[in-house]
Amino acid sequence: MTLKRIVILGAAVLAIVVAGSMFYTVSETEQVIITQFGEPMGGAITEAGLHVKIPFTQEANVFEKRWLEWNGNANQVPTRDKKYIGVETYARWRIANPLLFFQRLRDERRAQSRLDDIIDGETRNVIAAHNLIEVVRSTNRPFEKAEEVEDVMEAESMLQIELGRDKITRLILDRVSKVVPDYGIELVDVQIQRINYIESVQTKVFERMISERKRIADRHRSEGQGKSSEIRGKKERELKVIESEAYRKSQEIMGKGDAEATGIYASAYNHNRELYKFVKTMETYRSSVDKDSWLVLSTSADAFRYLQSSAAQGAAGKPGK
Amino acid sequence: MPSRGPDFDPEEFKRYARQAGARLRESRKLFYGIAIALVAIVTLWSGYYQVEPDEVALVTRFGRYVRTSNPGPHGKFPFGIERVLKVPVQRQLKQEYGFRTALAAIQSQKEQTDETKSEAVMLTGDLNVATVEWIVQYKVSDPYKYLFKLRDVEDTFRLMSEATMRSVVGDHSVTELLTVGREAIAARAKELLSEMCKRYDNGISVQQLVLQNVDPPEPVRPSFNDVNQAIQERERAINEAWAEYNREIPRARGLAEQKIQAAEGYAVERVNRAKGDADRFIALEEEYRKAPEVTRTRLYLETLAQTLPQAGRKLIFDERAKGILPLFPLGPVHEEARP
Repeated sequence: MTLKRIVILGAAVLAIVVAGSMFYTVSETEQVIITQFGEPMGGAITEAGLHVKIPFTQEANVFEKRWLEWNGNANQVPTRDKKYIGVETYARWRIANPLLFFQRLRDERRAQSRLDDIIDGETRNVIAAHNLIEVVRSTNRPFEKAEEVEDVMEAESMLQIELGRDKITRLILDRVSKVVPDYGIELVDVQIQRINYIESVQTKVFERMISERKRIADRHRSEGQGKSSEIRGKKERELKVIESEAYRKSQEIMGKGDAEATGIYASAYNHNRELYKFVKTMETYRSSVDKDSWLVLSTSADAFRYLQSSAAQGAAGKPGK
Repeated sequence: MPSRGPDFDPEEFKRYARQAGARLRESRKLFYGIAIALVAIVTLWSGYYQVEPDEVALVTRFGRYVRTSNPGPHGKFPFGIERVLKVPVQRQLKQEYGFRTALAAIQSQKEQTDETKSEAVMLTGDLNVATVEWIVQYKVSDPYKYLFKLRDVEDTFRLMSEATMRSVVGDHSVTELLTVGREAIAARAKELLSEMCKRYDNGISVQQLVLQNVDPPEPVRPSFNDVNQAIQERERAINEAWAEYNREIPRARGLAEQKIQAAEGYAVERVNRAKGDADRFIALEEEYRKAPEVTRTRLYLETLAQTLPQAGRKLIFDERAKGILPLFPLGPVHEEARP
C-alpha cells in the first residue's frame, strides 16, 4: 500500500511537470516563438490561448504583440536656417516579425538602443535639412489678424512652407521604416512631441518678441493720437463752418431787412421830399443839441426876428435851414 | 506504532488500537472535511468576481479573450484558468498638461513643476513662444483595444495630445493663440487627436479638449500687457477727442442759431420801424398838405422850444450891434459853463 501510494504520487508529480512543460498559454498581448535546443521551430504563434509543445526539449519564447513605446531624448539640432532647437520625438513600434526580431535582437532592451540610434539619427538628418518653419507649421493658412494689430506683423510671420510638420514626420517615418524591418520591427508612427529653442536662442527670441510688442504698442498709441487729432481737426472745421455759415446767414437776413426798410422809407418820403428834409432837419436839431452845446443865434433868424420888431416879414414863410 | 513493551497485553492493545483507530477515523474525517471546505472556499473565491457600475470586465481563458461582462456579480473558471481585467468604460478620464491639480476641491489648487512647465512651452506659427495649458477628457470606448492594442495606452495618449497641440499651435500666430484663435485651436486639436486615436486604434474616444491658461512666456509678459495698455490708451484718446467734439459742436450750433435768430429779429425790427416811420410821415404829410405854412412854422417853433432849453449856453446877438462879439469872454464863461 505504501509503495503503491509512492508510485501514484510520483506519477502525479511527473504528470504535472510534463503537463507544465507541454502546455503553455499565449495571452492576447503576446506572441511566441518555439525553439528546440535553441533553434527556432516554425513561425510565430500569435493566436491567444492554450497551446501544446514537446516538453523539455522545446522552449516558448514570449514577445510582445502590442505597440511598444519609444521615447526619444531631447536632440539639439541646427535647422537648415541655422536655428538651434531641441527636438523631442516619440515613436511607436511593434515586433512584426518575432523570428527575425529574436534572431537579430533577442530582447526589447537591445531593440530600444537600436531604435535610439536609428530614429534620433534620422530625426537629426531630416531636421537639419529643413528650415525651422517647416517643422513648426503644418499648412500655409494665413493668420487671422486681430482687428487691432493689422499689418504690424510681416516678414517672419508669413514664411511659406513647402512640406510642413506632417510631411517632415512622414519623412522621418519613411526613412526609419527602410531600416527597421531588418530587425523584425515595424515602425507604426513617429511624431515630433516637442520643439523648443535652446536657451541662448530663446533669450534672443524673447527679445525679438518684446521689441515686436513694443512696435505694436507704439502703433496703438500713435494711432490713438492720430485719430484724436483727426477728430479734433474735424471739430475745428465744423466749428468754422457753423460759425461762418451763421455769420453769412445773419448778414444776409439783416441786409434783407435793411433793404426792405430802405425801400419803405424811400417810398414814403418820396411823397414829399421837401417836407421830409424839413422834418428830418428839425429832428436833427432836437437830438444834436445838449447842455454842453452853445447856440449862437442871430436876431435875423426866423425865430428871433420878433425880438427886434413885432412886424412880421415875409421871410417867416420861407423854409429854415 | 504500538511498541512491544515487557507488559504487553494483546487484549488491551486491541482495545486501545480500536479506540485509537476510531479516533483517527473521526479526526481524518474532520481533516478531509476542513480540506474540502477550504478547497471549496478557494474555488468559489477565485471563481467569483464583481463588476462595478462604471466598469466592464474582460475575461480571458488561458490568456485568450473570451467574453465581456457587464456590471454585477459573475462566475468564472477558478485557479487562473480564467482571468478578469476591469476597464472603467463609463468613467470620464482626464489628463492635464502644463499643470497638475494638486488638490481637487471646490477651489482646486494647481501645481506646477519643471516637467509641467516644459509640457506647456511651445512654438507658434510666427516662431514666437507661448505657454499653453490644456486638459483632455476622454473615455474608453473599446476596452478590448484599450487593453490589447498598445502597451502603454495612457502614456502614449499623453504624447499624442502633446504632439497634436503643438502641431495646431504651430499653425497659428501668437496673437491668434492669445486672442481670437482659442476656440478654433481647441476644436482643431480635438479633431486631430480624435483622428490620431482612430489611427492608433487605441480604444479611446476624446470627449473634450479645453484650453486653460494661455500666456506669453514670463519674460515677455509685461510687453504683452503693455500692448493691452496701449490699446486702452488709444481708445481713451479717441473717446476724449469725441467727447470734446460732442461738447463743442452742439454749443456752436446753438450759438449759430442764436445769431441767425437775432439777425431775423433785427430785420423784422428794421422793417417794422420803417413801416412805422413811413406811416407816421405819411400821416404828417397828409395834415401838412392841408395847411403847409402853419404846420411848418409850428414844427419849426416846436423844435426850437424843445431844443433851446437843452443847450447849455445861448447867445443871441443882433447883427447890427457890432461891439459885443469881440468883448465876449470865451474862456471863463466856458469854464463856468462846464460844471
